[in-house]
Amino acid sequence: MSKFKLSLTGLPKPVKIVFWLLLVAFAYALPLLELPLITTPGVDFGGVLFVVTMYMLVALGLNIVVGYAGLLDLGYVGFYAVGAYTAAILTSFHANWPLLFALPIAVLASTISGVLLGAPTLRVRGDYLAIVTLGFGEIIRLVAVNTEWLGEAKGISNIARPPSLGGTDGLFEIPHLYWGDGTVLLDTQDTTKFLVFGVLDQIPYYWLGLTVVIIILFADVLIKNSRVGRAWEATREDEDAAELMGVPTFRFKLLAFATGAFIGGLAGALYASRQNFINPQSFLLLFSILFLAAVVVGGQGNRWGVLVGAALVAYLPQRFREFDDFRVLVFGLALVVLATLRPEGLFPPKRTVRAKHLEQELEVLEEGGAEGEEGARV
Amino acid sequence: MNFEFFFNNLPGLTITGLAFGAIYALIALGYTMVYGVLQLINFAHSEVFMYGTFAMLWTVMALGGADANGVELVAILIASLVAAMAMSAVIALILERVAYRPLIKRNAPRLIALISAIGASFVLAELMGLRDRVAGWFGLDDDLSGYVGKARINNSIAGVVDAPRWNVAGISVSSIDVLVILSAVGMMVVVDQFVRRSKLGKGIRATAQDPETASMMGVNPTRTIQMTFLIGGLMAGVAAFLYMLKIETTKFDVGFLLGVKAFTAAVLGGIGNLRGALLGGLVLGVAENWGSALFGTEWRHVVAFVLLVVILLFRPTGLLGESLGKARA
Repeated sequence: MSKFKLSLTGLPKPVKIVFWLLLVAFAYALPLLELPLITTPGVDFGGVLFVVTMYMLVALGLNIVVGYAGLLDLGYVGFYAVGAYTAAILTSFHANWPLLFALPIAVLASTISGVLLGAPTLRVRGDYLAIVTLGFGEIIRLVAVNTEWLGEAKGISNIARPPSLGGTDGLFEIPHLYWGDGTVLLDTQDTTKFLVFGVLDQIPYYWLGLTVVIIILFADVLIKNSRVGRAWEATREDEDAAELMGVPTFRFKLLAFATGAFIGGLAGALYASRQNFINPQSFLLLFSILFLAAVVVGGQGNRWGVLVGAALVAYLPQRFREFDDFRVLVFGLALVVLATLRPEGLFPPKRTVRAKHLEQELEVLEEGGAEGEEGARV
Repeated sequence: MNFEFFFNNLPGLTITGLAFGAIYALIALGYTMVYGVLQLINFAHSEVFMYGTFAMLWTVMALGGADANGVELVAILIASLVAAMAMSAVIALILERVAYRPLIKRNAPRLIALISAIGASFVLAELMGLRDRVAGWFGLDDDLSGYVGKARINNSIAGVVDAPRWNVAGISVSSIDVLVILSAVGMMVVVDQFVRRSKLGKGIRATAQDPETASMMGVNPTRTIQMTFLIGGLMAGVAAFLYMLKIETTKFDVGFLLGVKAFTAAVLGGIGNLRGALLGGLVLGVAENWGSALFGTEWRHVVAFVLLVVILLFRPTGLLGESLGKARA
């Protein structure tokens, strides 16, 4: 793993850029390739990939809260719901705005809800925070269930779709691949109209989702390497020490909450737009838990790990639909097994690994004597 | 807002609320003890409770509780109580062995233990939900579905226990509510005294305070942790029994909301604090019941969570504060 990583970072810059571009191109082309094994039988692959991008988005947002700032948030689905509901209300239920105008408002609303939740509750630490946020997520859902203005349990339908480029036919059509017996053909019957956001073809939504993920990823890299990112990590490692060193921890925790809520709301609004329909059932506490699982499975604090975790959590249950009834069971087993085998997540961030190493070394030194000799022999 | 109804029925509402609260408190005990010792939210504890409700249901059905009366019925109920406690305790111990001990041994980060707990919770709930499918693998399908329904729909023992309502000073009181409150509070007192006075209880408190020092003083941490899971499981079994007496129906996912509520109760009282769990449970139950009378039943759960948020704002460590370890020695 580390050798692989070293050889990657050791490559000259142009090679690296080409490598990344190829990876991105592959990601965009994925639904067109119709690769055997990966493609989901029985479910629209484009739709599954869209859901994967939404999980990635949410995981990136939650990773800022949980992974960087170390705030355990069990009500993340609340922000997702605020974004989705704002978009739904503005584009269909109480107004007729186009999605592009509603999107910023939805994101703003969820950011504000993040600040509103965070300002009073961030005094509470650790698991108390977890349960308060869990309560918040449930309050949002239950209010939606019981408020006529929010469509009650029936939900809201006819949510606006993103604008299509080039009318109903799109700008041009892109053929899919067809995998015959050992041969690969261009299938001109099966085509995707470029950027037509309709009911039938989910692939444009996936492209939109992927684009947003890439943008957020860039923002994530920038913010993590900035003063803000370091302040978050300091707060996570030791809040009191950070405060003593002059980091206004409360303000940074609030900022982490708001940033996370921003991304969550964005994902929620996009999801509502693709779905065309939302009801409170779309925002069960279960999703908060799945989001958290995505972050922790991948390795909290490592953005690439988190992306992988999100992809796994969103994709695996869809891929193995044959085991329909047993999906949740297998998912639960997988979580237990993974937790036991890789307690740091699949891809723990470098700093965590280093810290763990250091701790072990210290322990060996402290124990001294026999342990030390043993260490030397090895 | 329905003030008239609220004030006219205040005593009755309070008693029903206390009965719910007592059940929350018994489940909360499992959360609070595990949290006190391991600093870990045992997310799968709600499933421990759920298995207890099914054990109670199966026992009543298998022993022909539907036709029983008088002494026979009491005997069947006692048997079902024992079954519920045994089932919950066994599940809690298995949980500890499979989902937690390997993690504790490897000194895993706490969040990963939470994920393991969530996974275990899914597995347990789904195993019950898919009981008939799983039984089909062993060719037991017909044997099982004969006298117990499928777990994905409501399973009921309604009508088995025909409890009288008492008239106390003009207020109609359900005898089941009184039984639930008294036995739950009684059990809580027993556990509290056990933890305060017995040798094992001392070990539990010592481990909660400082596991390393405790183990140097001759406390076996593995055994202590096992004991906390065992006690939590037993109490969840009692809660399951009382819940079945009061609500009479269960389902494979019945634990989820109750688990969340019980955890809320534990946090409300101050997690890691046994007396806090009782207080938190009762406060939560009463507040919920009052709230649902005032604002309508659909706002019941909202009231509970708003109350939680408000209390934590003013007392960030719950009503009585954290203290399994610091428990007045």
